Amino acid sequence: MSQSTAVAPRRARSSATTGDAIFAFLAKSAGVLVLVLLGAIIVSLFIGALPAFRAFGFGFLWNVDWDPNQAIFGAAVPIYGTILTSVVAIVIAVPIAFGIAFYLTELAPNWFRRPVGTAVELLAAVPSIIYGMWGLLVIAPFMATYIQPAVIDTFDGIPLLDVLFQGPARGKGVFTAALILAVMIIPFIAATMRDVFMTVPPVYKESAYGVGCTTWEVMRSIVIPYTRVSVVGGIMLALGRALGETMAVTFVIGNANRISPNLFGSGATIASLVALNFGEAQQGSLLLSSLLAIGFILFVISFIVLAISRTLLKPRAAK
Amino acid sequence: MSATLTASAPSRNQSVANNLSRARHRTNTIVKGLCILATVIGLMFLGTILFTLIDLGFGGLSTKVFTNITRSGPDGGLANAIVGTLIQTALGTAIGTPIGLMVGTYLSEYSAGSRLGNAVRFVSDVLLSAPSILIGLFVYQILVAGRGYTGIAGGVALAIIVIPIVVRTTEDMLRLIPTALREAAVALGAPKWKSIVQVCYPAALDGIATGVLLAIARVAGETAPLLFTSFGNSYMSTDLGSAMASLPLAIYQFAGQPDADLVQLAWVGALLITFGVLALNIVARVVLRPRS
Repeated sequence: MSQSTAVAPRRARSSATTGDAIFAFLAKSAGVLVLVLLGAIIVSLFIGALPAFRAFGFGFLWNVDWDPNQAIFGAAVPIYGTILTSVVAIVIAVPIAFGIAFYLTELAPNWFRRPVGTAVELLAAVPSIIYGMWGLLVIAPFMATYIQPAVIDTFDGIPLLDVLFQGPARGKGVFTAALILAVMIIPFIAATMRDVFMTVPPVYKESAYGVGCTTWEVMRSIVIPYTRVSVVGGIMLALGRALGETMAVTFVIGNANRISPNLFGSGATIASLVALNFGEAQQGSLLLSSLLAIGFILFVISFIVLAISRTLLKPRAAK
Repeated sequence: MSATLTASAPSRNQSVANNLSRARHRTNTIVKGLCILATVIGLMFLGTILFTLIDLGFGGLSTKVFTNITRSGPDGGLANAIVGTLIQTALGTAIGTPIGLMVGTYLSEYSAGSRLGNAVRFVSDVLLSAPSILIGLFVYQILVAGRGYTGIAGGVALAIIVIPIVVRTTEDMLRLIPTALREAAVALGAPKWKSIVQVCYPAALDGIATGVLLAIARVAGETAPLLFTSFGNSYMSTDLGSAMASLPLAIYQFAGQPDADLVQLAWVGALLITFGVLALNIVARVVLRPRS
């Protein structure tokens, strides 16, 4: 009797510790798997890119040629196009996203916040292929017919602006791609801004209202300074998304291998070039290797931008 | 600024003070107006996209969309693409969810300030926003190169996108569970893993399910990772070992075609995928999360 009671708990405890050990091991392995996954992505892209890096050296980064016929490849044009479209997209998106976040946190009546917030989040849920198709079949013709001719005429003869916005009005091009990208990232920026604006302690805002500040003055002098770092983090996060966006850009950028300051002209981004050229790339060819090489470069750029963003947004640190 | 105003300005010059006040309130009104305008613009984008989809896609909806396979001409349907999307999305979710769940559990229950935990959290967050086309290239390199395009490769690529989404929501939801609940389980003599599986998971079920639904919604519309993995197939194929069609790839192939019938099919596909994805999102937000 006394023996069996002494044995039973011990057996129960040992099975519990075994179960615990197995479960903890599984959980930890899954965590390690995520790290391995990232490492594998970097290594596999780099191995695939090696032949191109060997063939072209560091010159790959600033060579503007992309000529499959002569097997000469350079990454300068797609890198330029990727950064240009993303930056223009951010310039368009940030003011609109700020307006939405300001409206949602300070201006909208309470009952209205939830539906508007959900609608903005749904905009983020629309698949990128839909943005691409909408951009190609709806926005590009609209730009070509109404917006671009007017803009080109207006800016003709004005220094700088007439270089940035030149004819012909084709509809497709860098600016249209950036516009579609902007629509895609507005919800990300707006959602981050709204969330960080909510973190401002009410007593700060109330004090400012108490000394007679207007809503805008409270936003400018209290909310923005308090949340500045996180807001920049949110914008970087959106930039990271914009850099790698494929489908929306591939449809509307026009796909031309050239560096031009003309925003209405055609261009190419890393993602669009990979998507369009991959079908023609033979196994083991220099073209395939060069595509993997620009993919690797895109990964490095996105990783840096996303890492900065995560640092600024201060992820929930484990306590 | 306001100190000088109240101390001297009103008595000395009432009109200056009034003008300043008026200017401040005018700025405020203008900014408020611009913010409302920005919100209207944002909502207008969603409205025009949905309107365009219904306007151009709804007319092409018929039973043959669900029964016929993709081909040009008026008899074309999307049956193979719909089946392919369902299979690959299911496969991606089936692979990605358990892994994501375990990673989220590790981060919330086991990592507690460890360096490994912080690294996993950081990397998972980076993967959450990593360009999906690169995930396609990666899976191409490890599963497709030299072997050929397969539905499995498509599913694996989607699983890599599912994992970080499930990790994020699982960790967040497990952290919300009160410590008292865990302590109660431990006090009853339950080992840690039992308290997690039988107490924490059920308590966090709503949130975890939300994460899985959002992940399904996200991968169902993914195109770029499938381009180099499952490639697309103009015939009906349920064979995971060969190339497989999917709705986003069909839209990608047909949207730029000169053939009006194919463009019509692309719009129908776009309508189906968008409303499917938005419906999943609304279910995830409205039905499963009444608390927030």
